Amino acid sequence: MSERVAVRKTYKLFIGGKFPRSESGRSYLVQSANVSLASRKDARDAVVAARAAVKGWAGATAYNRGQILYRVAEMLEGRREQFVALGVPADEVDAAIDRWVWYAGWSDKLSQVYGGANPVAGPYFNLSAPEPTGVVAVAAPEEPALLGLVSVIAPAIVTGNTVVVAASPAAPLAAVTLAEVLATSDLPGGVVNILTGRLTETVPTLAAHMDVNAIDLTGVADAELAADLEIKAAENLKRVLRPAPADHDWYADPGITRMTTLLETKTVWHPKGV
Amino acid sequence: MFEYAPAPESRSVVDIKPSYGLFVDGAFVDPASGGSFKSVNPASEEVLAEIAEAGADDVDRAVRAARTAYEKVWGPMPGRDRAKYLFRIARLIQERSRELAVLESLDNGKPIKESRDVDLPLVAAHFFYYAGWADKLPHAGFGPDPKPLGVAAQVIPWNFPLLMLAWKIAPALAAGNTVVLKPAETTPLTALLFAEICQQADLPAGVVNIVTGAGDTGRALVEHPGVDKVAFTGSTEVGRAIARSVAGTRKKLTLELGGKAANIVFDDAPIDQAVEGIVNGIFFNQGHVCCAGSRLLVQESVADRVLESLKRRMAQLRVGDPLDKNTDIGAINSAEQLTRIRELSDAGSAEGAERWSPPCELPERGFWFAPTIFTGVTQAHRIAREEIFGPVLSVLTFRTPAEAVEKANNTPYGLSAGIWTDKGSRILWLADRLRAGVVWANTFNKFDPTSPFGGYKESGYGREGGRHGLEGYLNV
Amino acid sequence: MRTIRGMTATTTSARSDLSELGRSETALRTFLHGLPGVDQVGAEQRAAQLGTRSIKTTAKAEAIDLAIRMVDLTTLEGADTPGKVRALAAKALRPDPADPSCPHVGAVCVYPSMVPYVAEVLRGSGVHLASVATAFPSGQAPLEIKLADVRAAVEAGADEIDMVINRGAFLSGRYAEVYDEIVATKEACGDAHLKVILETGELATYDNVRRASWLAMLAGGDFIKTSTGKVPVAATLPVTLVMLEAVRDFRAATGRQVGVKPAGGIKTTKDAIKYLVMVNETVGADWLSPDWFRFGASSLLNDLLMQRTKLTTGVYAGPDYFTLD
Repeated sequence: MSERVAVRKTYKLFIGGKFPRSESGRSYLVQSANVSLASRKDARDAVVAARAAVKGWAGATAYNRGQILYRVAEMLEGRREQFVALGVPADEVDAAIDRWVWYAGWSDKLSQVYGGANPVAGPYFNLSAPEPTGVVAVAAPEEPALLGLVSVIAPAIVTGNTVVVAASPAAPLAAVTLAEVLATSDLPGGVVNILTGRLTETVPTLAAHMDVNAIDLTGVADAELAADLEIKAAENLKRVLRPAPADHDWYADPGITRMTTLLETKTVWHPKGV
Repeated sequence: MFEYAPAPESRSVVDIKPSYGLFVDGAFVDPASGGSFKSVNPASEEVLAEIAEAGADDVDRAVRAARTAYEKVWGPMPGRDRAKYLFRIARLIQERSRELAVLESLDNGKPIKESRDVDLPLVAAHFFYYAGWADKLPHAGFGPDPKPLGVAAQVIPWNFPLLMLAWKIAPALAAGNTVVLKPAETTPLTALLFAEICQQADLPAGVVNIVTGAGDTGRALVEHPGVDKVAFTGSTEVGRAIARSVAGTRKKLTLELGGKAANIVFDDAPIDQAVEGIVNGIFFNQGHVCCAGSRLLVQESVADRVLESLKRRMAQLRVGDPLDKNTDIGAINSAEQLTRIRELSDAGSAEGAERWSPPCELPERGFWFAPTIFTGVTQAHRIAREEIFGPVLSVLTFRTPAEAVEKANNTPYGLSAGIWTDKGSRILWLADRLRAGVVWANTFNKFDPTSPFGGYKESGYGREGGRHGLEGYLNV
Repeated sequence: MRTIRGMTATTTSARSDLSELGRSETALRTFLHGLPGVDQVGAEQRAAQLGTRSIKTTAKAEAIDLAIRMVDLTTLEGADTPGKVRALAAKALRPDPADPSCPHVGAVCVYPSMVPYVAEVLRGSGVHLASVATAFPSGQAPLEIKLADVRAAVEAGADEIDMVINRGAFLSGRYAEVYDEIVATKEACGDAHLKVILETGELATYDNVRRASWLAMLAGGDFIKTSTGKVPVAATLPVTLVMLEAVRDFRAATGRQVGVKPAGGIKTTKDAIKYLVMVNETVGADWLSPDWFRFGASSLLNDLLMQRTKLTTGVYAGPDYFTLD
């Protein structure tokens, strides 16, 4: 009896809830697989998809977003072995699952922690509340490929932003596989868009894109490139998360800065009278 | 007719020196280069004082003084003692508020009733508010042990000179940073009087440093490698340049930039208060307000009525001597700003919008611009898109709430917005959808030290005021 | 100092015929509830801002004389006697006996039973004689009795009648009843001017003040007046602001000008000048006359006289130097 011939997977991009190949038709060989090599056009398409998803996602209730993030954790738990098979250490997969759970719980708490009533000196009701900034471009950290990726996506989307993520060029398989998890987790299409390929090709396009509201440079290890991207981001005053230090501990409590940097605080005043 | 006689506030309550040095390390010093410039009263074009111009060496000296003070004195000092200095400053400002108000009106051109009743009370309140935070930072919601950043470089505009100083210095000092602040070149005088107040408060040398000068001084300050934090309020154009200049550094940046706020009036609005809000929104401080309600969006069904009331109300505005207690609209801050207002207004006329001002005699000397509205404005007009930063209102109309939201958000700016309607649920629906950092519903241009202020999109990032205002000065 | 003169021309809105509104309770309700709301905080802030105007020297002198001419010198006490009201009327004619340049007041305001005694003194002087009628101050009497009250006062020589509206009816939404009473009272007045007292202190909200103002004007009132002076909250600046806005809008809508009279609690020159500034900047010069604006007051007059003396002599006077009638 001959050994069964396996069906191999094609690793594609994740844009608008679909899995297209790069419009450029290119791929690159990495982790023993042909992975789509995203072009600048793919980056722009991803921004369009992310923008289209903002209204529904930001408008969803915090409870609903929390449930969906928790659903991502559930689905990831179910695919635990698949990530291990890709070479992700088991404890990293566990940490990534737990991170989704952690952020899921933040969805309906951050407004209370980060916003609130302001006791102004006058007859006014005055309330500050955070709102998502919109479309966030993210350069995912080179490694840990899964935990790092989850640690940059979850804080951006839990509050209602949508993201275009440039996955780790050296270890994109975890990202594409995570896309499959996201696609089966009730997450609306376009909330997370994942590009594989070279950072130098996609991220400068995203940094300069005038319909992107914020950029997370966490995964840009090259200081000169990071500075250049920050300069590009200044064109429309994107909110910027600067690169993480090389010794960043991805297993530590993430704190709330990743979330709050990608939020706007809106303060509403109204007189109190009869 | 009831004609009000002149009611001038006395200028003699303030003693302006013929010249001012830089305030570095607790003392007034001459600039290394010996350069200087003049600060002018925009209502009369009279020179008020000769002001030292700080060069790169002077900025360096100030940053080093701030660094030393941070490391040796202010950083190690217990929060409760920092608080006491800030409370002391707040009290001194209250005690000297009349003097400061007159000086502000002289240097800036704003009416005395505004510097007296708005700017100065808010300045003192701001110091009072942040003083109380200095020993409570672990309770501010940024973790158990937030730390200051170090030396803050702060560049402020000319529209609310002392108030912007307070917005910058009070939270910075409360959080434990030291500062080097550059006031605008047309309005340095109240910052220099504030330096004297720091001396009077026995604030340790180097905690507050004031370097005067124009754009080059500001650039030297924000680009100085020794600063850990840059805070800027001013134009989006300069804000963009600063964002580029700090790229690749570890400097934390907060920006409070331009705006083109929509003030949206529905047909069920409390009309008389809405008209007051429109007037306050665009003519307060000669319209030199980044959050000014410079685009009036009025529902078509009530547009004629609102415009008629607005014009009648505008005819009551008294333009003239900023020191007269009955003046509603003072002088435009500089010849340069006047030129820009004129240019954009002319563009409005050229593009076909209809221009109207009440009958209004303007003084011959000084920089003046009559309160002006443009009707028949569309989204495509320059006056509907560009920040004029003057007493010029563009009037547009809408038919439905959705159209109002669409037009209001159709701008790269996102600082503030106004809503006027008696329907509560509509206010909340709109407030959710407006992309603006401050939404005033049935009111406008209200400020408070406890209330966070700052923009969306190209109006900048970070918040000033409230608990949020501390975040920009802590390592969180 | 350059200033802008207020616009005095009436606005260009098409005149509306609102005379039919009173025929139906539904029409009245629909109209009154369709008036724009008043935001309390905004209205009070506007009033406070106007109160910060600084009126000095010549402007102050003019304002004081104007305010004296606008005073409805009032006594409405159970203890009023012919002697008391005669003395008051004499003071109305010559407020400052030492200074013949001092103008006389706008009117003397008394109870109907006191009208004949005042009329003797004022006859031919140009000082009006106002009388509160309609079961002042509560208005809680049968309509026929209220109308008889009015007729008696007019017959005795009053040329101005200050009526009270039925606040109970107004607050319970019986607008037509209030309207009809005002119409009937106006008819009973004959040629006398009718001032309609809204008793704003009992109306509780500025929205109600605006509706009551329109109701009174629609029903034919010549003046709208804030208060009886007999309830804890009398005239305030923001209430007067809302009423001024109402007369302004009413004229724009109908072409008919209605006067405004704040009454009660206005005691000092400083207060009076704040009201004049408000009139000036809300409705303009057309209302800056005793024909269109009055102060219902008693002690205000002496403070105006003291300030007037101070301006002419440069010396602060004391209460001993002014008559206490």
